[in-house]
Order: sequence, then structure tokens, then C-alpha cells
Amino acid sequence: MTKETVKSEHLLQVQELKKYYPVRGGFFRRKVGDVKAVDNISLELKRGETFGLVGESGCGKSTAGRTIMRLFKPTGGKILFEGQDITELRGSGLRDLRKDIQMVFQDPYASLNPKMMVGSIVSEPMINYGMGSESKLKDGVMELLKRVGLPEDAYYKYPHEFSGGQRQRIGIARALALKPKLIIADEPVSALDVSVQSQVLNLLKELQEEFQLTLLFIAHDLSVVKHMSDRIGVMYLGNLVEVADGEDLYKDPKHPYTQALISAIPQPDPRNKSERVILSGDVPSPQNPPTGCPFHPRCPKVMPHCSEVKPQLKEVNRDHRAACLLYE
Amino acid sequence: MSSQDILLEVKNLHTGFNIDGRVHHAVKDVSFSVKPKEVVCIVGESGCGKSVMSLSVMNLLPKHNGKIDKGEILFEGRDLAPLSEKEMNAIRGKDISMIFQEPMTALNPVLTIGYQLDEVLINHTTISKEEIRRKSVSLLKQVGISRADQIVNEYPHQLSGGMRQRVMIAIAIACQPKLLIADEPTTALDVTVQAQILELIGKIQEEVGMAVLLITHDLGVVAEMADRVVVMYAGQVVEETDVDRLFYEPKHPYTKALLHSIPKMDEKRDVLNTIEGIVPSLKNMPEKGCRFADRCPAAMDVCREVDPLLGETDKGHAVRCFLYEESFPQNSDKRAEVQ
Repeated sequence: MTKETVKSEHLLQVQELKKYYPVRGGFFRRKVGDVKAVDNISLELKRGETFGLVGESGCGKSTAGRTIMRLFKPTGGKILFEGQDITELRGSGLRDLRKDIQMVFQDPYASLNPKMMVGSIVSEPMINYGMGSESKLKDGVMELLKRVGLPEDAYYKYPHEFSGGQRQRIGIARALALKPKLIIADEPVSALDVSVQSQVLNLLKELQEEFQLTLLFIAHDLSVVKHMSDRIGVMYLGNLVEVADGEDLYKDPKHPYTQALISAIPQPDPRNKSERVILSGDVPSPQNPPTGCPFHPRCPKVMPHCSEVKPQLKEVNRDHRAACLLYE
Repeated sequence: MSSQDILLEVKNLHTGFNIDGRVHHAVKDVSFSVKPKEVVCIVGESGCGKSVMSLSVMNLLPKHNGKIDKGEILFEGRDLAPLSEKEMNAIRGKDISMIFQEPMTALNPVLTIGYQLDEVLINHTTISKEEIRRKSVSLLKQVGISRADQIVNEYPHQLSGGMRQRVMIAIAIACQPKLLIADEPTTALDVTVQAQILELIGKIQEEVGMAVLLITHDLGVVAEMADRVVVMYAGQVVEETDVDRLFYEPKHPYTKALLHSIPKMDEKRDVLNTIEGIVPSLKNMPEKGCRFADRCPAAMDVCREVDPLLGETDKGHAVRCFLYEESFPQNSDKRAEVQ
């Protein structure tokens, strides 16, 4: 590998990534259509930054994360990790890649094996990559468990003995075990209570600095994403509709969907009941997306040609891109 | 305050669950009241007893192990706790209705929307069948369902989550109840749909002139909807006040910590405030003293020894914390009631 020679500014580049799921129907279970879970998204992650991916359920944010991780095979497009094309990697190449990209999952109850001791859960990835036997790794694992805020005796306990927040800490320790360069966190705090959520968010931020991690943070809660991220991408129906610096996105959202999304969040301040943009209807099915701009049936600023032309992501301001015909 | 000013009054409610032969109280000494046409929010994290409290009011506790041990639930002056199933059925759906978190599990998947709507009206009114169906369709229109004539013949799985919750609301308001209990009505929904449903609940509340008891964990929803707020922690009310004072003059350390631990859109902070530890589980509740003491930044020795009482510090602002002398048993006029 040419890891040392290629040291581009971008750790990860995603170019026109597509992930379609076939829909089968009829007597012969023939393919009758596609669910376009991720439709043509492009993004870059700089080293050490946190990129937030936000959107409502069914917008394809989790599929995007898992396809980038290469848990799914992309239907089209390219994924470059440290300048190397990983789209077609298989076998041992893919195995090596996993060492650099790790994932933290949403459900801390389902993502830990209930039959394994916490120590074994965290050391398993290291053993898999030949970093030594469990007994040899024990001190390191203990250290790691302590670092993520678990008590020392956690090593000998089982997942059911821990609360949701502590389990998420175990999941984070496991993701850190191989010292990855990129961590994809898919809704890491949405199953947790607010008081515990803030503990986990703070931990992720600290660890990011300490281990110099790049983070792809996927969540549906815009206020959490904004707190965590340097830059944010907003997804709607498989498309990336806006990408901007977090502060910029909040202060000056360009895409009507982002504007509605921000105004829909109930603010914890009774004196600040601003006028809401309330969208009508629901998110359409990705199997049968609207023509033209995917958001046009719900858009408060819809224009006649929105149903015909599909807008592309374009630079509206410096480092602020939006896919909307208002800015063409 | 005369009894006419109060629609629902919960007094010293204790709801216990029998686990392995021991009774554990998920709701311990909860008191609050709801006035007509008022929106009261119950806020707290999972496991704080807010849902058990609402099920107690509706008399819907699991029969085999859940039981109201002590206390009164006065609805228009009448105690609901000792009522029989039959007497409760006359009240449920008519005077008090409830909507739940997960609209898919709350609706019957094998019955049409129309049937489920008609059912309430058949049970509580004496109008003819044709009229009932006409009423059902107009109820669906009232909750903002556009194809109401067709939707009455459809099944829950044909609708989206937001639409199902609208149907639930239509069923709940069919008999123009005086009180609507909404248990996390928007938690399963996306933010843009949540905004629609919250707006709808607010609109219907004004149209029907009912009181709403909204149970939520989301402080944003509280700020948006509530007139008054009851904060619960580990089965107890720790603070009760109007919405403005809750956000601008919170008194209980738990309320303060909760308000500081949520990331806000309009500010930039590097580190969020946290509350160390976790909510104690039902089996691990502290035997005596304040239930928040182990996580409290301001805990004193007395907090672990004596149970603080909910005492009124200012008019309309009650708090259960020894930082305020009203919580000391000897200073509280509530002492006689509790014992």
C-alpha cells in the first residue's frame, strides 16, 4: 500500500455514490424497480474533522454510512480512502481497510454480543488482526475501558450488567481498539436519555482530539449534529441537499428543506416561539421518488420547473453548497 | 381554590409493582393538578415513572402486578382509583382519552380506520349508524386528513406514522373529552412530522376546549406546548411550576442540570454539562433520602438521611430539595398529609 506517500488533505472522498436496492415482484420475482436509498451523493472528509450527516428516517443516511464503510457494495460511484479507491476492494484488502474505519452503532443493546465478556468484546478486533492473545492484550484493554469511563471490573462483566450509556461506551471502546483513522457513528446517542446523551457526546469529542480521529457523525437530531460537527450535510430522500459549515447552516440555511428542518425543531425556550415553517405531507417513498427535485411536493417555495429539473449540489456561498433551483 | 377550578387532581399517588414478592414503587407520592383547558407537561427521563403515572390515571395498569397502593385521583371531584372496570369504561374515551407513543401498536391492524373511529361513538353516544359514519369522516377532516372518505375504509398499515397519529387523535377527541392524556405522542415521529402533530394538538385543544396532560422527555416540546410543567425524577415530582419559570428560574438541581445538558441550536459550546451516573432502576432506589442525591452536585449530608418534601417556595412554584427550607418536613404544611 502507498499509505505513506499519499497524504492528501482529504481522508475520505465520496464521489457520486449510489446504493440501490432491487424491488422484486410478480411470479418470477423479477426486478421491477429500485429503491434509491442513496442517490448520487458526493462529500469529502478532511483529516480530523467531524462531518455530520443529518436527515429524517428513510433519507438514506445510515445506508450512506454503511456503504462508505463497505458493509454494502455500492451500486455506483467511488469511495476514496486516503486517496486509494476502496469501492471495489475485496478479501484481504477489505480486511485491512476495516482496521482504519470502524463503526459505532445506534442500538447499544443489539450491537454487543450478550454471551461475551466486555473484555473479550473489546479485545476481539485486536486478536482478529493478530495483535496478540487476549491475556497479552489485557492491560491495553483495561486502559481503554478506563479511558472511555468504565470501571476497571467492567472487563469481567457482561453487557446486560450495564446501562445504555455504559454499553455505548463499550461500543466506543471496541471501535477504538484498532486505533482507526475514521469512525462512523450511526445515531450513537439516539437510544439514550438526555442526561446520558451529553456524557457520550462529550466523550466522543474528547476521544476525537486525543486519538486524532476523523468522525462521520450520522443522526436525525440537528441540534446534536450541530453540536458535534464542523461541517454538516443534510440528506433528503437519498440526496444530499445542502452541505455547509455547522454555524453557517444554522444561521443561513439555503435549501427550503433545511430551513423547514431547523424551524421544526422545538426550541427549549418558552420565550422564543418563532414562526414555524410547517411542511405538509410526509417523506415520499424512495421507491417512487418525485420527478425533478425530490423535495418539490412538500416545498413551500416550489416553482413550476422544480418538478422537471433535478437540481445539482452547487456552491451558493463560499464553502456552502445547496441543491435547489432557487440558486441556479 | 374551589373544586370547580380543578379538572384532575392527583393526590399522594403511590403506584407499585410486585417484583419477586416485593412491592417497588414506580410512582411514589406524586401530587399535581390540571385545570380545565390547561396544558400540563410531565417531563422526565425514561424510568422516572411518567408513563406509569398516566396509566394509573386511566386505570390501565397491568392487572397481574401493578397496583395503586395509596392516594387519590380526583377527576371533577370523583376518585377514579377505586372505580370498577365498567365504571371506568364509561369515563375512558368520553371524559378522558389517551394517545400513545407508537400509533401502529395502538391501532388494531385488522380493523379499518372507520370501524375503530365508529367504535368510540357507538360506545358513548346514541346517534344512528349513518350519522356516526358521517361524524367519523368529519373527525378525520378535523385532524387534517384530506382523503377522509377513502381513509375510513383503509387499514392502519396503509398510512404513514404521522397519519396514524392523526387517526389516534381523531379517535381520542371523538367524544369531546375534557382531558386528553398524550404519552410521548411525537417521539416515534420525524421532526417535520412532529411539528405538524404538535400544531394539530394545540389547534384541537383550543377547538374542543379540553385540558391536555402531555408526557414527554423532550424539553423543546415542553417549551412549545406547556402552560405548567411537572418535572419527575425516579418516581417523584421534583419540581412544579409554570413553563416560563421552569426555563428561566429553575430551582431543583436536577432541572437545572437537565436544561444544561441539551445541546442548543443557537449557541456554541465545546463541552456539554452532564449529570454523572444514571437514573436508579426500580429495584435500586435509595431506601431513604433524596433519590437524586447520588448524582446531585449540591448534595449535602441531610440529603442522604431525610426524604425531602415537595414544598412551595413561591406561589405556584414547588420544589423537592433541601436547598430550599420549604422541603424540610418540619417546615412543610404537607407533613400531616403525607403521614
